[in-house]
Amino acid sequence: MLQILINGLILGSAYALIALGLTMVFSIMRVVNFAHGQMYMLGGFVMYYLYGQFGLPFWLALLLAGLALGAIGMVFNRWLFQPVLASSKREESSMLMAVGTALLLENVALSVFGEKQRGVPPLIDGVLILNDGDAYLPYSNLLVALLSIAFIVALLLFVQFTKPGRALRAVAQDKEAALLQGVNVKFITTLGFAIGAGLAGIAGALLVTLYGVNTGVGTNISTKAFIMIMIGGAGVTSGAIVGGFVLGMAEAVGYDLLPSSMTYLLIFVAMIVFLIFKPNGLFGKPWG
Amino acid sequence: MKQDKRRDLGVILLVLCTLLMLPLVIGQSHYLMSVLMNCAGVAVIASGVWLTFCIGRINICQAGFALIGGYVTAILIAKVGLSFWLALPLSCLAAALCGALIGSVILKLKGIYFSMLTICLTEAIRLAFLNGGSLTQGAKGITGLPQAFAGDSALPLYYIGVALLALALGVVWRVHYSRLGGIFRAMRLNEDLAESFGVNVWRYRIMAFAIACALGGLGGSYFTLFTQSIYPQSFTVEHSIYYMLFCFLGGLEYVSGAMIGAFALTILFELLQDFQQYQSLIYGVLMIVVMLTLPNGLMALKPLGWSRPKGATQ
Repeated sequence: MLQILINGLILGSAYALIALGLTMVFSIMRVVNFAHGQMYMLGGFVMYYLYGQFGLPFWLALLLAGLALGAIGMVFNRWLFQPVLASSKREESSMLMAVGTALLLENVALSVFGEKQRGVPPLIDGVLILNDGDAYLPYSNLLVALLSIAFIVALLLFVQFTKPGRALRAVAQDKEAALLQGVNVKFITTLGFAIGAGLAGIAGALLVTLYGVNTGVGTNISTKAFIMIMIGGAGVTSGAIVGGFVLGMAEAVGYDLLPSSMTYLLIFVAMIVFLIFKPNGLFGKPWG
Repeated sequence: MKQDKRRDLGVILLVLCTLLMLPLVIGQSHYLMSVLMNCAGVAVIASGVWLTFCIGRINICQAGFALIGGYVTAILIAKVGLSFWLALPLSCLAAALCGALIGSVILKLKGIYFSMLTICLTEAIRLAFLNGGSLTQGAKGITGLPQAFAGDSALPLYYIGVALLALALGVVWRVHYSRLGGIFRAMRLNEDLAESFGVNVWRYRIMAFAIACALGGLGGSYFTLFTQSIYPQSFTVEHSIYYMLFCFLGGLEYVSGAMIGAFALTILFELLQDFQQYQSLIYGVLMIVVMLTLPNGLMALKPLGWSRPKGATQ
C-alpha cells in the first residue's frame, strides 16, 4: 500500500510538470499544443545526447533541454501559430496546425534519432528502504520528484510575483484588456508558448533518467497530458497540478492490480463518466 | 452559395463517373484497382469527419468507429457465419448505435474538450478490442476471413466501394443541402442562439454524430472485407488525424471536400512510393503548409482570372 502511494506521488509530480506546460499554452493562446508529448520526447533526447553521450553535467543538460525546447516553441509560435490565429475564421485551423507540428516533430525525430529506446545512467545509486522493507524508494526517483516539484514551485512563483508573470496572467484573463494596459501581448504570448514548450522539455529530460525515451512516446504523453488537464480543467494551474497527481495515483493503483492496457481502458472510461458530471473539470471555467 | 453548390455537384459527379469508367482502362491491374478501393474506403470514413465539422465539433475518434465497424463485420462473418451482404449494413448500424450512445454523453463538451476527449476515445476503443478476449482475439486480430467474391477479379469489390462512396456522398449531400444542413450550420456558428430559436440542439447533434459514426463503421467494414482481416492497430489516432487533414485539404465548405482530400493524398502517396517511409513526415509538413496557405481547402481554389467576390477572402 505504501509502495503504491509512493509510486503514485513520484509519477504524479512528474505528470503535474507535464500538464502545467500544456495548460500554460492553453490558457494564453486557447490552443491545445498537440505537440506537447513530442516536445517532451525531444527534451529526453537532448538529455540523452548532452548528458549520456557528451558527458555534460546533469544540471547544464537539464537547463539546455529546457532552453532548446523553449526556442522551438518560440519559432513555432512566431511563424506558425500566430499567422494562422490571425487569419483563420475557424478555431479548427489552429488545432490542425498543432497536430501538424506534432506529426512533423515526431517524424523528424524518427528520421534523425531512429526507433531505439534510449536511456541514461541513473543520477544517483541507492535505494531508500522504508518501514522495514515494506516499500522501496530509489534515490534517483526521489530526486526526479523533488526536482519536478521545485520547477513547479519556481514557475508558480514566477507567474505570481514577477512582472512578465503578471503579464502572462493578464493575457490569459483577457487579451484585449491586457493590450489596453500596455502589455506587449505578442511578446508575452511567445514567452508563454516558450515556457510551456520548455516545461515539456524539462519534464522529458528529467524522466529520461528513470524511464528512458524513444521517438514513439509523444502521442502517449500527449494523451496523458490531455487527461490530466481535462480532469483539472483546461487553462487552470491548480487543475493541472491536481490532474497530474490524480492520474499518477490512478496509474500506480491500476498497474499494481491490472495489466497496463486494461488500466488505461478503465482510466478512459472513468474520465468520460467524470466529464459527464463535470464537463469543465474540477476547477475549470465554462468555456467555448 | 448557388455557384458553390453547382461546383460541388459537378466535382462529385465527375469523380463518380470517372470511377465507374476507369476499370475499362485499368481493370487488368490489381494494384491500381486496390489503390482506388483504398481511396474510396478512406473517403467514406473521412466524409463522416466532414459531417461533424459541420456541427462545429472536431472529431478525432472516427478511426475508433471504423474499428468498431471492422470488428463487427469480422465477428459476424467469422464467428456467426453471416454473409457480408448482411454484415456490412449491420456493422454500419452497430457503429451508428455506439455513436449515438457515446455521443449523447460526450457531445455536451465543446471545442478543445471535445477533441481531446475524442482522441482518448479512439485509444479507449482500441484498448477495448485489444482486451476483448477470445471474441476479438487480442493483438493478433481476426484474420483469414473468406474472400467476399470467389474468383480472381477485383471488380465486384471495386464497384461495392464506388457504391458505398456514392451512398456516403449522397447522405452527406442530402443532409448538408437541406433544412437539416441549415440547422447544423446554425449550431456551428452559435449553439445557444440556435437553441433559443427552438432548435432541439441535443437531438440534432446526436443525429449528426450518429450519421458520422455510421459512415466510419461503413468504411471500416469495407476495409475489413477487402483486406480480409482486422487488428486493433488497423485504425489508430494517427488515422483519425489523417481523416481531418483530408477534410481540411479538400475544403470544409464543400461536400466533395473530404473525398477530394482523400483521393488527392492517397493517390499522391502511391505515386511517391519511394518516399513511403516519410509518409507521416510529408503529411505533417503538408498539414502545416495547407493551414498557412490554403485555409479554405482545394475546392475553394478559383481558376486563374476568376474574380473573387468582394469580402470572400479573409
